[in-house]
Amino acid sequence: MRQAEAHSSASRFWAGRRLAAGGAQAAVLAAAALVVWFAASNAAANLGRLGINTGFGFLGRPAGFAISQHLVDYSESSTYLRALEVAVLNTVVLALVAIVGATVIGFALGFARRSSNGLMRAVAAGYVELLRNVPLLLQLFFWYFAILRPLPPPRQSLSLLGAIFLNGRGLVLPRPEAAEGFGLVIAALGIGAVLAAAMACWLRRRRARLGRAPSPWVAAALPLIAMPALAAVIAGPPVAWDLPRLRGFNFEGGLVVLPEFVAMAVALSLYSAAYIAEIVRAGIDAVSRGQVEAARALGLRPATINAKIVVPQALRVIVPPLGNEYLRLFRNTTLAAAIGYPDLTLIFAGTAVNQTAQAVEVMLIVCGCYLAINLAVSAGINGYNRRIGRSYR
Amino acid sequence: MRRLLWILSLAVLGGFGLAAAQAATLDDVKQRGKLVCGIAPNIAGFAFADDKGVVRGFDVEFCRALAAAVLGDPDKIELKPFQPRDAFPQLQNGAVDIITGRFTWTYTRENGAGMSFVMIYNYDGQGFMVRKSSGIKSATELNGATICIGQGTTTELNIADYFRAHNMTYQIVSFAELDETRAAYEAGRCDAWSNDRNSLAARGLLLAKRDDHVILPESISKEPIAPIVRKNDPQWLDIARWTFNALITAEELGITQANVDEEKQKSENPEVKRLLGAIDSLGSKDGLSDDFAYKAIKAVGNYGEIFDRYIGPKTPLGLDRGLNRLWKDGGLLYSPPFR
Repeated sequence: MRQAEAHSSASRFWAGRRLAAGGAQAAVLAAAALVVWFAASNAAANLGRLGINTGFGFLGRPAGFAISQHLVDYSESSTYLRALEVAVLNTVVLALVAIVGATVIGFALGFARRSSNGLMRAVAAGYVELLRNVPLLLQLFFWYFAILRPLPPPRQSLSLLGAIFLNGRGLVLPRPEAAEGFGLVIAALGIGAVLAAAMACWLRRRRARLGRAPSPWVAAALPLIAMPALAAVIAGPPVAWDLPRLRGFNFEGGLVVLPEFVAMAVALSLYSAAYIAEIVRAGIDAVSRGQVEAARALGLRPATINAKIVVPQALRVIVPPLGNEYLRLFRNTTLAAAIGYPDLTLIFAGTAVNQTAQAVEVMLIVCGCYLAINLAVSAGINGYNRRIGRSYR
Repeated sequence: MRRLLWILSLAVLGGFGLAAAQAATLDDVKQRGKLVCGIAPNIAGFAFADDKGVVRGFDVEFCRALAAAVLGDPDKIELKPFQPRDAFPQLQNGAVDIITGRFTWTYTRENGAGMSFVMIYNYDGQGFMVRKSSGIKSATELNGATICIGQGTTTELNIADYFRAHNMTYQIVSFAELDETRAAYEAGRCDAWSNDRNSLAARGLLLAKRDDHVILPESISKEPIAPIVRKNDPQWLDIARWTFNALITAEELGITQANVDEEKQKSENPEVKRLLGAIDSLGSKDGLSDDFAYKAIKAVGNYGEIFDRYIGPKTPLGLDRGLNRLWKDGGLLYSPPFR
């Protein structure tokens, strides 16, 4: 009975503590909300007094300016909202291309730094030190003008097979367009993929049981190629190519990769690769030497040791800082404004602010977009990290 | 990044800054003892550092004239150079008292952006610069051209209008910084470089081989260039407007920096006497001294003198007065009377 009483008084005590803590948190939250409310109403009052338009109504008005790269339909009569969409897409595409590039180069460099070849180690170390100790903005200008200056004007374009052209306006490629066979070929590809998966599964089991069978990879690839090929023969080619033609100042038609895009992608990839190389090197170093020695003792080949022993264990160390690096790369895309690549910062924090004079609203939109994109990347990285963390526990 | 910070600072000031952008700019300037002007970044003739490192030029003279009128000393100024897209937030959040830059007076800029344009001190029009080797003689031959421009200006909108009106296509490459625009054009990124014609003439001086390039004859727009002040201070707008009008009126009346003292002493012309503050006490109506116009003219000379000193035919820019002549000489400059 005594004990029960003591217990209940303790629980009352803890309940009281929890209530007090909860109250304190609620008070802090309320204070924060009050500050935000004060700032917002004060901003509205000040802007009103200055005679500056407020509100997000401008998003529905025509933007009136042109954008050099748009992945969705856009013209001068499109709305600011459409311009925002174009700008966000341009930023995302640039970041994705640069992330892939930086990851590939970074991993190669990271392994090169732990190579048995002295020359490779030295070159990789030199690369890392050079690239990460020069400001990114300078590298950006370097690549932009290094790419731009030697390129010829459109009339003297460098040409490959009369279909691909390179000049000072960019890289002009034939653009694929859906033709009559498109639907059927895509459907056949889907069926082929299902067949391939089933076949690979069956072959793998068979191999495990009998110890011999054709490689599942080679056999599975067969329906994946055969089915669409068959469909193309029946229904006609799936894509038609829109070939670029030289007319007047420049090429018309085709798909143009802007020099600004190339310079941004190259500079961001090479710069972030230097950091990723260090992250990868640290990850490799974190795998205990005994693991590699044991694998060697079993007679595994170096490539297999890397793929099956080192990388899976190193990933646990690599992924969290790698995620940070991706986020940093994303934020670094804002430097695109310096060389005229039409990203979110250039179009919205630049042109739209000036044309609408509604800096507060535009900057809120821009910050919100970057925040949302970065949170999404962050969530993806965290999810992946949880998965690989669990599977090796 | 720095630019993002500037704009965020505006958002924060908008949120918390009660003191920012208060109405009585004149009192602020007098109390500070210094006039703060926003100007264009390094542009030959209009705002550039001379061989002693002092920033001078056509635009700067108007800042100096206003400082002389308000504070009695043309050197009590602080100049803040801004890229075009940064200038408006800086004015709105009170970081500068006036922008004496290269900005075009438009409807939307004056309605809804919290800004008032003082008076037109430079009549300009948008034009194109191309390589002579391209053989282009007229803007109407630019169908399909790639055009480099500086961002955050009326330039982007004018080009869109002009090409649509003439049923032509174009590609635009816009840069945040004006120097990058020139560098990209020079490196062959674009067929043409577009800006206000006077600005093209000024910035074109920085091209490695200026003689390989030519400015096309057409003006595709009206570009009335005017200083800008905050909208919530009518008194300050009046002060700036009439100080600049005084410089034009001085040219009409033949008053120069050299003879202003003599004119003030001896002139019997009532117009001259009113302008220079010898009769009627015009200045005191605006919270200024009676001789504010005298001080401004004494400091920088009349409009024609300023033009000839920095951007006229005898300067490296070699601009013709053109539309910027006085009305009685066939131009558009016309000051309302001092009465």
